[in-house]
Amino acid sequence: MNHRVAEGGESPASAGFCEHAGETRGQDPMIRIRNNMPIVKIMDQEAIRRAVLRMAHEILEKNKGVDHLALVGIRTRGVILAQRLKKAIKDIEAVEVQTGILDITLYRDDLTLVGTKPLVRETLIDFDITDLKIVLVDDVFFTGRTIRAGLDALVDFGRPASIQLAVLVDRGHRELPIRADFVGKNIPTTKTQNVQVILGESDGKTDEVIVED
Amino acid sequence: MSWKHKHLLGLENLSRQDIELILQTAKSFKEVSSRDIKKVPALRGKTVVTLFFEASTRTRISFELAAKRLSADTLNIAANVSSTSKGETLLDTARNIEAMNVDAMVVRHSSSGSVFLLAQGLKCSVVNAGDGCREHPTQALSDMFTLQEKFGRIEGLKVGIIGDILHSRVARSNIWGLTKLGAKVTVCGPATLMPRGIEALGTDVCYDLKKVLKQSDAVIALRLQKERQQDKFLPSMREYSCLFGINQAKLKEGSDHLIVMHPGPTNRGVEVSADVADGKQSVILDQVTNGVAVRMAVLYLVLGTKS
Repeated sequence: MNHRVAEGGESPASAGFCEHAGETRGQDPMIRIRNNMPIVKIMDQEAIRRAVLRMAHEILEKNKGVDHLALVGIRTRGVILAQRLKKAIKDIEAVEVQTGILDITLYRDDLTLVGTKPLVRETLIDFDITDLKIVLVDDVFFTGRTIRAGLDALVDFGRPASIQLAVLVDRGHRELPIRADFVGKNIPTTKTQNVQVILGESDGKTDEVIVED
Repeated sequence: MSWKHKHLLGLENLSRQDIELILQTAKSFKEVSSRDIKKVPALRGKTVVTLFFEASTRTRISFELAAKRLSADTLNIAANVSSTSKGETLLDTARNIEAMNVDAMVVRHSSSGSVFLLAQGLKCSVVNAGDGCREHPTQALSDMFTLQEKFGRIEGLKVGIIGDILHSRVARSNIWGLTKLGAKVTVCGPATLMPRGIEALGTDVCYDLKKVLKQSDAVIALRLQKERQQDKFLPSMREYSCLFGINQAKLKEGSDHLIVMHPGPTNRGVEVSADVADGKQSVILDQVTNGVAVRMAVLYLVLGTKS
C-alpha cells in the first residue's frame, strides 16, 4: 500500500505535493499529487479569462458583429461559459446577445445503455432560433457525442442559419466528424486521462483546468 | 439521488426523495410539450402498452401522449374488446401482451391491488393508472406538481380533499404523497363516504366544508363515483351538492389565494359549480397539462431501471 504512505504525508518526499495540504511548494506549481497520481493544471484563472476574451473577439470577428447572433450553453459548465462570453461580448460591443440553456440528456446516444436514467434538467431557450447564428458552448470537447446530441436537440427548436461550436478545451479523440470553430486551448491527452474544467460559479472553487491520469 | 423502482404501483411505497425526483424530472419534461416539435428521442424503440379495464379518456390519452412525446411506440387495449371478455384471466392477458416484447404496461383495473399481481407476474415495468379504490399515483403526482407550481412548495401547505373519500383512489394517493412532502391534509365529506380509520394515514377529518375552505390553501374536489355506489350512500345528489358542492358563495369564505382542483371528469353543479370550475381560482386544466409532464417523467424513470 505504497500510496497510503504518500497520502498520509509521512514521507518527506511527498509532503509538499499533498492535495489536502492545500498548497504546492517546491517544484512545479502546476503539478500536485492526489492518490499518488499527478494532477497537472493546464490553465489557471487568468488563462481561462484570457481564453474566453479571445474567443469572444473571434466570435465577433467571424460573425461580423452581433447581428442575429445567439449563444446556447450546454449544461452545466457550457452554460457558465456562455454567460462569460455574453459578458465579454457586452464589454466589447455594448450589446447583450440572447443566451439559452440546453440540457442534452434526452438526446444522448447511450441513454438506453446506462442502468439508471441520468437526471434530466430544464432546457431554457426562450427565443426563436430560426435564422439565427447559434454558437453552441461547452467546456470540454472530447468524443463529439455530446455535441452531436446538442445539434439534434437544437434543430428540434427551429432551423438556425448556422450552428458554430465554441469550447474551452479541445482534448482530441473524436469519434464523430465534428470540429470546433472556437477553441480556448488544445490539450493533447491520452484517451483514459480525465480532463476537468472547474469554474467558480458551478464548483465554488477558483477557476482552473486540470488533467488527471 | 437516483431512481431505483422498476414499477410505479403507488405513492405508499415511495420515499419523499423518490417523489421529489419525479416532480423535478417532470419540470424538465413540461418544457418539451411547449415546443413546436413536441418530441424527444429518450425512449426511442421502447414499447408502452396501455391496458385499461375501466373507462378512461384523460388518463389514457395523457399516458399515450407522454409515451409518444418520448418517442416510444404505444398500443392501447380496452378491456371490452380484449380477450378477457372471452374469459381469459388478467394475468394471462398481460403475459400474452408481454410475450410480444413490450417494455412497460400502464394498467387500470377495478380490483385494488391488481397491479401488484401483475408486477409479480411480469418482467416488464408496470405503471398503475388506477387500481380499484387503492391508488392512482400519477393523478396525485399531477396534483402535487400543480400545487408546487402555484405555491412554489408543498411543505406546510394545507390541502382539503372533499367528497367521496371512501371510493377514491385519487384521495389515497394524494394523502400518501402530500403527507410525505410535509403538507397537512384534511379530508371532508359525508359520513357515509368517510372510511373508518382514515386518520391513521395522517389526515384530519372534518365534516364542515366551510371550515375546510376557510383554513385551506387548496382544495381537491373529488368526483362522486356513481359507478361504485351500488348501495345508497347519499339521500340525493341535491343534498350532496348543497352540503359538499363548492360554489362561488362558499368559495368567498376561503382565502383569496385558495385554489380549487378536481381530478376530472367533473359532474358540473355537483362537486363544483360551473362558475367555480371556469373561475380564476380553478386550476383544473393546469392539472391536465401537468399530467402529461408527470407521466413522461414516470415512464422515463421506470423504463430506465433494470432489476
